[in-house]
Parts: sequence; structure tokens; C-alpha cells
Amino acid sequence: MQPLRRIFIANRGEIALRVIRTCRRLGIETVLGVSAADRDSLPARSADRTLCLGPGRPGDSYLKVETVVHAAQASGCEAIHPGYGFLSERPALARLCEEEGVILIGPTTAQLEAVGDKLKARGHAQAAGVPVVPGGSAETTAEALRLGAGIGAPLLVKAVGGGGGRGMKQVLDLKDLPAVLALASAEAGAAFGDARVYLERLVGRARHVEVQVLGDGEGGVLQLGERDCSVQRRYQKLIEETPAPGLPAPLRSQLHEAAVKFARHLRYRGAGTVEFLVDAERGEFYFLEMNARIQVEHPVTEAVTGVDLVAEQIRIASGQGISAEAVAAARHGPRGCAIECRVNAEDPAQDFRPSPGTVTEAAWPEGPGIRVDTHIERGARVPPFYDSLLGKVIAWGDDRPAALARLRQAIAATRVAGVATNLAFHARVLADSRFAAGGVDTGFVQEERLNG
Amino acid sequence: MSLTAKDIETITRLLEASSFDELELEMEGVKLSLRRRGATTPAGVVAGAPAVVPAASAAAPAADASAAAVPPVTAQPATATSADVLTAPLLGTFYRSPRPGEPPFVEVGAAVEPDTVVGIIEVMKLMNAVHAGRKGRVAEVFAQDGALVEYGQALLRIEA
Repeated sequence: MQPLRRIFIANRGEIALRVIRTCRRLGIETVLGVSAADRDSLPARSADRTLCLGPGRPGDSYLKVETVVHAAQASGCEAIHPGYGFLSERPALARLCEEEGVILIGPTTAQLEAVGDKLKARGHAQAAGVPVVPGGSAETTAEALRLGAGIGAPLLVKAVGGGGGRGMKQVLDLKDLPAVLALASAEAGAAFGDARVYLERLVGRARHVEVQVLGDGEGGVLQLGERDCSVQRRYQKLIEETPAPGLPAPLRSQLHEAAVKFARHLRYRGAGTVEFLVDAERGEFYFLEMNARIQVEHPVTEAVTGVDLVAEQIRIASGQGISAEAVAAARHGPRGCAIECRVNAEDPAQDFRPSPGTVTEAAWPEGPGIRVDTHIERGARVPPFYDSLLGKVIAWGDDRPAALARLRQAIAATRVAGVATNLAFHARVLADSRFAAGGVDTGFVQEERLNG
Repeated sequence: MSLTAKDIETITRLLEASSFDELELEMEGVKLSLRRRGATTPAGVVAGAPAVVPAASAAAPAADASAAAVPPVTAQPATATSADVLTAPLLGTFYRSPRPGEPPFVEVGAAVEPDTVVGIIEVMKLMNAVHAGRKGRVAEVFAQDGALVEYGQALLRIEA
């Protein structure tokens, strides 16, 4: 197989720039599809060519499957990199690419369907011998009540088409179940075009730990270690790190093995992440979902393995397979520790609501062990249509205290004005003694009253 | 500090000798804007607009058949922002005539009504009619037949 010559990037923001950077290093040309709201963005100016897909609203531009594929073909691109979010996990894009002979830098349509339907994904996990949270599907209210009684409260009603913390509702008392079911189903229908929901036990004190995998599409699967993403607000990740602090070695290897088993079961192709809920005290873990794309938090893995995950995605998509370097890195295991803060345009005074606007000042940190992935510079616009991620500050160190010390300094040196940010929140978390000790669970932000 | 007529003459000569089409000079209280004749023809680029690098740039291998088949996107004319320019309502391949070999929907000089079809934009084999959207006469056609046009790109100018 030939290396790719020109790639269409169907995304925006920092990840578009991240993909452009690797393409440039590999000598691959880039065509970036942008919305009218992103015409003057740094990624738009960095790509070899930029094409305007449509107006600012995602449904009129970034989410238009036919437009994206047409733009890619007409601009002479052999492949499409979908980034994360937007079309990245839509089987419709994968299907059209397969029909049109355009390479999608990602998994197959069947794999996207297998993991996109969260109920199907549970079934695959069970088939692969990977533990799942007690629960199951419920087509009627009577069935749900029977199942709910068996699981016991508290439990979660989850949308089959949801994921990434979206489409979930808690039921603390079983008597509320019928009402929550009706509401969850209606909301799921509106949000995901699929009204089906399923039930799962609410695992109380758990950590969110995920495993990075690379699959060659022929059953070969490599794992590049785990990431702990337990610092969350309303299921949205804010700080991620690798390795997961304080995990007993056997539990860590069990997680790695479970992720490999799941990906191998699907004969997974490309970069993916298998997410687990981990009850470290009991030594138990459950499959949560698989993200069939590059993830926001991928740089921490890159920091400790030295592997360029975007380059691996491109290699695998072009038929060159997983690199020897990645294989060696997987064998060697992580070097040091890395922690990442997601700097968002969110207003702490307004319950962390997105804060769009124009950036009047942007100073990002630099120095040994510091990496910043951002598309934000002075004068950049933060449109109201998209997610509020401004950039990611990643610190690497020989050990966790070293990485943490660097990250504290880096966050203190970061300045973004013109839009509200969560920088003060990050400073508080990094100064917190429980966080410094490591191994907090997903209730941490709430319990420590870190929202300020 | 101010500019003398002699200064401007020198600067003009510098621009003429250079490979640039435009020069903008801003100093305390003075703004000088020089443009070569023809720099504002349809091939010109809107001043201050992000640079549009054609895909078939120097870095592209000459033997790249797929790239060669792609007509370069015509940069928007400087007049694109004015009200008489019809812009592409969506990204796709622009066709001036209903079928290959047939005469164009409109030629320069043609009178149009708001609902007159002036072209087609194809997106994955789906044909979308482009309407004039105003009453007038076609003064200029910017987009080439069979070219990829992006959202907002100038297609033609219709004078009232």
C-alpha cells in the first residue's frame, strides 16, 4: 500500500491543527473543511487548502456527510480524517466512504455500528468475556420495572444512542423509574434519533479508567496503557492522566487485557479507546463503552510512549499497519507520567456554561515537559456553535509529583482573556491534597466543592 | 513624517518591479494603498481574506491524476461582498448547463428573474438548482463549469 498523499480533515479547533501537524511531518498535504464561522481560524490558515462547507451551525457544515465526502473527492484527497466528535463515529460517513472508495481514517462501518449502539457494545463485551455493569435492555415499562427490581436502586437509564456522558439519567428510587424511563426515552429520541434506552446499576464510587488500543483490522491489537479520567463534571472529563495512579498491578493488567480482548473480538481497525468503570477497592471493573476515534486526551499517552497516535491512525488506514515503534513502545511500557488539563471557555460564575466570544489575550505555557495543543491565539473567535475546548495543557515528568509540579506552574502561566475560562478551577484541583495523593473517583469534583 | 510625491513615485516603481500585485503601507496618519491594474479581476483575492492555496500547489506531484482532474477554485473577486454578487449557497460542483454539451442556463447579458435557474450545484450526485435570487442582467460569470465551489464563493454578478 502507498502512503497517503493528501488528506481531508473534517473537523475544527485544536484537533484539526493536531492532525495538520502530523500530516506536515509525514509530508502529507491537508485540505481542511471548515464552516463559515471558522474561516479565519488558525487551522484554516494552517492547512494547505481550506474549503468552506457551509454556515456556522454544525448541521449546516461539519455534520453534512455528503458535502464532506464531495469536498474530499473534488479536492483530490484520498482519505478523510474525522477527528473526534462531529462525524467521527457516524456510520453514515464510513458507509459513504466505503461506497465512494475514499479511505476513512478510522474503523469500519460495522465496527462503528457495533460500538455506537451502546446495547450492542454491551453484548460484544459479554461475548468477548469482558465484565459489564449489571443491567440490560427494557422494551416495555413492565420489563424495565422487573429488571430494575433485579438490579436495585440506584441505577442509570442510558440512551442506546448516547455515550460520552450524554443521554444518562439517575434513578435513586425505583418508584421514579417509570417517569424517568418515559423522559429519558423522549429525550433520547430527540437527541440521538433513537428512543431506545437500557438500564445499568449506578456504580457509586468508581474511577473512570480507559485503555488506548491500536488495531490492525486483522485481529492484531496493541494496547498503549491506560488513562485515568476521573476528574469530571457532569460526566465531562476535565483532567486526564497516565498511568492511572495507585492501581494494583494485577488490576492494571486485567484492564489492559480486557481492552485487547474487546478490540480483538471486533477485529478493530485503527485507534480506539475502551472505557471502564473501576472500583479499585474491590478490585473490580466494568466495561463502559468503546470510543472508536482519536480522543481529546490522547496526548498523555503520546507523552509517556513517544508514539504519534495520529500517525498510527494514518498508517493503519493506508494499509501500512502498526509501526514497529508503537510495538516496541507497547512492550516497553510507559516512561514517566503525564497529566492533562482541558482549558475550556466556560464561565464558573454561570455554572460553567460555555462562554463564547473573541479572545483578546492568549498566553500558553512552554518549557521542558510541557505540551500545549490549541488553536487559540489572540483575536481568535470562540463561536457559540461548538464545544468550548480552547486548548489542552499537558505536563510530563519522571514521576507523578514531577509532572504535577510542572502542570501547576504551566496552568499558573496560562492566560486567556476575552472569554471566561476554567483555569482557576484547574489551579484549585492541582492544589488539592486528595488529587495530589492520586486515585480520586468520579465524585471528586462535586465532593471537594472545587467548582468555586 | 509624511510622504512626498517623490516617495510615492519611488514606491510605485518598487511595486512595478516586484512580483506583488498590491502594496499597503500604513504610517502615522498616512495610509497608502497601491494596486496593480488587473489585480481586482476575478483572479484577484479579497484583500485581507485568508490565503487560499490551490491543492495543486508546488508540493503536489505533477503526475497526480486525481489532483490534475480537480479544477482550481477561483478565488473570490474583490466585489464578492457587494449585493449584486450571487454566492454559492452550498459547497459542491458547479455546472453552468443542465447537461454536458448543452448551452448554459445563462450567459453574460441575459435577463434574469429571482426564480431563474442560473446553474446547478451537485453534491454527491444530488443536483441543487441555483436561482438568481434577484431581478436583473448577468454582468459577469466567475465560477467555471465543472469547478468545485465552496460555500459563499462568488458565482456570478447580476446587475439590477
